[in-house]
Amino acid sequence: MSDPIYLLSAIIFLPALGAIFLSFFSKEAEEGMRVYTLIVTVVTFVLTLFLLRDFDPAVGEMQMQVNRTWIGAWNINYQLGIDGISMPLVLLTSFISVLAMLASWSIKKQVKGYLILFLLLETGMLGVFMALDFFLFYVFWEVMLLPMYFLIGVWGGPRREYAAIKFFLYTLFGGVLMFIAMLMFYFGSAAGGDASTFDILRLHEIGQGKIAGIEFDGTMQLIAFWLLFVGFAIKVPTIPFHTWLPDAHVEAPTPISMILAGVLLKMGGYGILRIAFPICPEGAQVAAYVLVLIGAGSIIYGAFAAMAQTDFKRLVAYSSVSHMGYVILGIAVWKITDGTTIGKDYWNMGINGAMFQMIGHGVSSAGMFFMVGVIYDRVHHRDLNKFGGLMALMPLYGGLAAGIFFAGLGLPGLCGFPGEVFTVLSAWNFSPLIAIIAAAGVILTAGYILWAIQRVYLGPEYKGPHAEEITPMNGREISVAVTLLVFAIVLGVYPESIFGLMRSSTTLLVDNLSATAQSSVEAVTQLIK
Amino acid sequence: MNIKIENLVNHIYTDTGNSLWAFSPELAVCATILLLLFARLFNVDRKGGIVSPAGLTMIGIVAAIFLSVVTQSQLMSNADGVYSQELFTGLLVFDPFTGFFRLLLLAAVFIVVWLTLLSGIPDREDGPDFYILLMGATLGMMMMASANHMLMLFLAIETTSVPSYVMVGFLKGRKTASEAALKYVVYGGGAAGVMLYGISLLSGMLGTAYFPDMAMQMAKIAADPNLMTGAAITTLTLAVVMILIGLAFKLSIFPFHFWCPDAFEGASAEVAGFLSVASKAAAFALLVRFCLALVGGSSADDPEALQQFNMQIGVALGFVAAITATFGNLSAYSQTNMKRLLAYSTIAHAGYMLMAVSAMMVFLNAPGDASTANANASLAIEGLLYYLVVYVLMNLGAFGIVALIRNEIYSEEIADYAGMSKTSPMLAVGMLICLFSLVGIPPTGGFIGKFVIFAALFDAAQYQPIMYAVFLLGVLNTVFSLFYYLNVLRVMWIVPAQDSVRIAEVPLVSKRGAYVAFLAVCVMVAGTIFIAPVYEAAEHVSVMLFSGIVP
Repeated sequence: MSDPIYLLSAIIFLPALGAIFLSFFSKEAEEGMRVYTLIVTVVTFVLTLFLLRDFDPAVGEMQMQVNRTWIGAWNINYQLGIDGISMPLVLLTSFISVLAMLASWSIKKQVKGYLILFLLLETGMLGVFMALDFFLFYVFWEVMLLPMYFLIGVWGGPRREYAAIKFFLYTLFGGVLMFIAMLMFYFGSAAGGDASTFDILRLHEIGQGKIAGIEFDGTMQLIAFWLLFVGFAIKVPTIPFHTWLPDAHVEAPTPISMILAGVLLKMGGYGILRIAFPICPEGAQVAAYVLVLIGAGSIIYGAFAAMAQTDFKRLVAYSSVSHMGYVILGIAVWKITDGTTIGKDYWNMGINGAMFQMIGHGVSSAGMFFMVGVIYDRVHHRDLNKFGGLMALMPLYGGLAAGIFFAGLGLPGLCGFPGEVFTVLSAWNFSPLIAIIAAAGVILTAGYILWAIQRVYLGPEYKGPHAEEITPMNGREISVAVTLLVFAIVLGVYPESIFGLMRSSTTLLVDNLSATAQSSVEAVTQLIK
Repeated sequence: MNIKIENLVNHIYTDTGNSLWAFSPELAVCATILLLLFARLFNVDRKGGIVSPAGLTMIGIVAAIFLSVVTQSQLMSNADGVYSQELFTGLLVFDPFTGFFRLLLLAAVFIVVWLTLLSGIPDREDGPDFYILLMGATLGMMMMASANHMLMLFLAIETTSVPSYVMVGFLKGRKTASEAALKYVVYGGGAAGVMLYGISLLSGMLGTAYFPDMAMQMAKIAADPNLMTGAAITTLTLAVVMILIGLAFKLSIFPFHFWCPDAFEGASAEVAGFLSVASKAAAFALLVRFCLALVGGSSADDPEALQQFNMQIGVALGFVAAITATFGNLSAYSQTNMKRLLAYSTIAHAGYMLMAVSAMMVFLNAPGDASTANANASLAIEGLLYYLVVYVLMNLGAFGIVALIRNEIYSEEIADYAGMSKTSPMLAVGMLICLFSLVGIPPTGGFIGKFVIFAALFDAAQYQPIMYAVFLLGVLNTVFSLFYYLNVLRVMWIVPAQDSVRIAEVPLVSKRGAYVAFLAVCVMVAGTIFIAPVYEAAEHVSVMLFSGIVP
C-alpha cells in the first residue's frame, strides 16, 4: 500500500486547492464555476471511497496514520489517521458536500465567492475528522468559522447578520474553552521527563493511565472534561447551548443548512467521542449522569419546541436539537459503580447507536432541509399554516418528502430508526426512567413530523402566496432527493453497513475506558490495604 | 601612570572601532538622513530632479538591512562563544536580540515607505521632510532595542518621540492633525518627565545606571537589612513604576493610552500604521531589557526579597495587561472611524503582548532552578517576538488598506466601506485576512502568536496561580474582540453599497493590489507553512537572550 499521507492529504486539501484555482475564474462564468466545484466535490468523494477501500473494519486501532513534524518547537505534528469512528463521518462529509453542491444551483448572487467559501468549509470539515493532533484539530475546527460566517451572513435570509454573528460568537466561545483544555493537556503531559505533546493518541494513553509516571489527576480531568464538553455541546448543540442553531439554520441558504445539520453538528459528537471521553475518562464517569440528563432533556425540549413552530425550517432545526440529544444520551450511558462498568455491552450499544444516529441524522436532516428549500425556492415563504395540498400539486416532491420525513421520524426500515432504538435500549440499562423519557421523545417526534406532513403536503388545496409558481421538481432536485431517500432506506434496512465499519473501534474504546475505571479503583483499594 | 593612560586610550580606540562596525546599521540610517538633507540642499530632489526621496530612503534601508545581516552573522560566528557585545563602553549592547529587532524595525519601515509610494502621502514636495523624520524615528527605535544604560533608554525614547510628534501633525492643513500632534506632545512630554524622574531616583539609589549592574546593586540593598527599610522599598517601587509609566506611554498601556486614539485619528493612516507597529516593537524590546536589568543575569542568585519584588512587578504587569486588553477591546465597540478602531485594537494588542513580558517576570522570579526558569522565560519571549513579527504584517496590512481606501473614497468611516467586496475584492480579502489575524483565528499568523503567548501565560500560572486570572481574561478577550472586527467585515462584505459614497476600485493586478496581496499572503503563511522558520528564529534569539547558549 502506498504511503497514506498522499491520499489523506489529498482528501483534506483538494477542496482548498480547488478554491484557490476557482479564484482565477472569470466572474461571468457562473455555470462553469458551479460545474467545476461539483467536480471537485465529486473527486473528493471518490477519494474518500478509496480511503474506504484501504480501510480495514476488523481493526479497532487507528489506521493509515500519518505523522510529519509541523512546528517542531512545540512538538506539533501534521498527524492524521482514520478509525471506525471517523471513517463513517468522513464518508458522510464528502457525500453531503456533493449533494449540497448540487443544491447550490439555487444560489444566484456572488456565485464565485460562495463556491470558494463552500470548498474551504469542506477542507475544514474533513480535516477535523482526520486530525490526530489536538493542535491541528483545533486549527481545522476554527478554520470552518470564517466560511460559515460569510455563507450565512452574505447568502442567508433576512436576519442573516444576526444569525451569523451569533453562530460565530457561540462557536468561538466554545473554541476558547477547548483551547484552555488543550493547554491543560499539553502542559500536563510533560511530567516525567517526556516532551509535552498534542498527540491525541498519546493523550488517550496518559488520560487512561497507561503510561507510567504521568497521569491527569481526577480534578484536572473533571475540569478539562467540562471545558471540552461545553465546547463540543455548543456545536452539537444540546440544551442550554442550542439557541444559536435555530437562527443559523433558518437564515442559512438551503445547501448550507444541509451541511450545517448534516455534518457540522456531528463534529460535537465526534469531539466528545474522540477527545473528551478517552482523554478524561475519570471526568467523564463523574459527569455521565449530567450528560444523560442533558441528552434526555434535549430530546424532549427539542421535540416540544419543534411542535410549537410555524416556520417550516425552524421546525426542522429544532428537530435537530431533539435528534442530537440521542447522540449525547447514547454516548453518556456509562453506568459505573465502584469502578466496575455495569452492562458494558449496553454502553457499547449506546455508543454504536449514537454513532449511527449521527450518520442517519446526517442523511435525514440534510434531506429535510433540502425538501424545505425546494418549496421555499418556489413559494418564497415557510409558514406552515399557509401550506397544504402540495401532494396534489407536486406528487413526486410530496412522495419523496414524505419518505425523508419518515426517516427523520425514525420509522423502522429507515435510517432514523436504528440509532434511536439502540440509544433508548441502552439507556434502559443506565436508568429505566431516562429510557422512558427518551422513548417518549420518539412519540413526540412522530407527533410534530406527522403534523407537519399533514399541514404541508396533505389537505385539499394550496392557499398560500405564489401558488402559480409551484412547478414540479427539476432533474437536479430529483437526483438529490432520490439519492438521499435511497441512502435513508439502505441505512435503515441494512444498518450493518455502518455498524460494521465502526464496531471494532467502538468496542475498543469501551474496553479501554472500562478498564481504566477498573484499574483506577483497584489502585485505590491497593493503597488502602 | 603613563602606561595606564595609554591602555585606556588604546581601549577606547579599539572599543570605538569595534563598536562603530557593530553600530553600522544605525550609521547607515544616519547617512540616509544626511543624504536626504544634502539632496534638498542642492535641490536635486524636486520634481524632475534626479533623486527621489523615497527611493533614497529605500536604498538606505536596504543598506542598513544588509549591514544588520552581516554584523549579525559575524556576531554569531564568534569563536569564543560570546554572543553579546557591548558597544561604546557599555552604553549599548549588541546581541541577537538587538539584531532581531533591527531587522524587524527596518522591515517595518521599508513596508511603510512602500505604502507611502502607493498612497502619495507625502507628496514629492514634502517627501524629504517626511522621510527624514521617519528615518530619525527609526534610528531612535533601533537604539531602544539595544539600550544597555538608563541614559540610552531615555535618549533613545526621545529620539523616537520627537520625530513621531511631528509626523502625527504632518498633514499641516488639517485641524485634527494639529490637535492630535499637540495632544501627543503634551502627553509625551509629561510621560518623559515622569520617567526621567524615575530614572534619577533609581540610579541615585543604586549608584549606577548601567543595566548589568543594576540587579547586583539591588541585590546588595535587598540583602542588607539596614538598607532594606520601608523608605527604601517605597523609593525603589516608585522609581521602577515611574520608569514603567514612561514605557507604558509608548506602549499605550491603560491608563496611559489616551493619546493613542486621538493621535491615530488625526495622523495619516501611514503614520498611524508606522507608530502602531514600529514604536510598539521597539518599546517592547526596551521593556524586556529593563525588566531583565531588574532581575539580573540569573534570578536564582538574587535574594528572596528581590525575587518577591520582581515577582510582584510581573503579576502587576499581568493585571495591567489584562485590563488594557479588555479596555481596548470594549472601547473599540462603539467606534465608527476605522483608524480610531484600529487605535483601540492597537491598545488591546499591546495588552496581549505585555502578558508575555509579565509571564517572563513570573518565570524568572519563581522559586526553582535557573535553567528551568530561563527555558520558561525564553518561551514567553519567543511568543512576544513571534507576535511582533505577525503584528507588523497584519497591522501594516490593515492600515495600508485604510490608506488605499481613503485615496479612493476620501473617507475613513467604517460605514462608507459598504459593498467593498464587490467593487474591490482585493482590498476586502486583504482586510479580511488581516482582521481575522488580529482576532487570532487560525490559519492566520495571529493565531500562532496568541497561542504561544497564552501557552506561556498558562505555564506561568503553574508557578503563580494568580496568573490564571490574567490567562482567562486574555483568552476571553479573543471572544470580546471578535465582534468589532467582524463588524468592519460585515460592512465590507454584507451591507450593500450606498449610492452616495464614491466607489473604491482597486484592481487585483496593480501596484496597490501587490502590496495588499504581499502582506495578506505573509500573514497567511505565518500561520500555516512558514511557522517553523520564523518560530525557530524567535526561539534562537530568546534562548540566547537568557542563557547565551546557542540552542
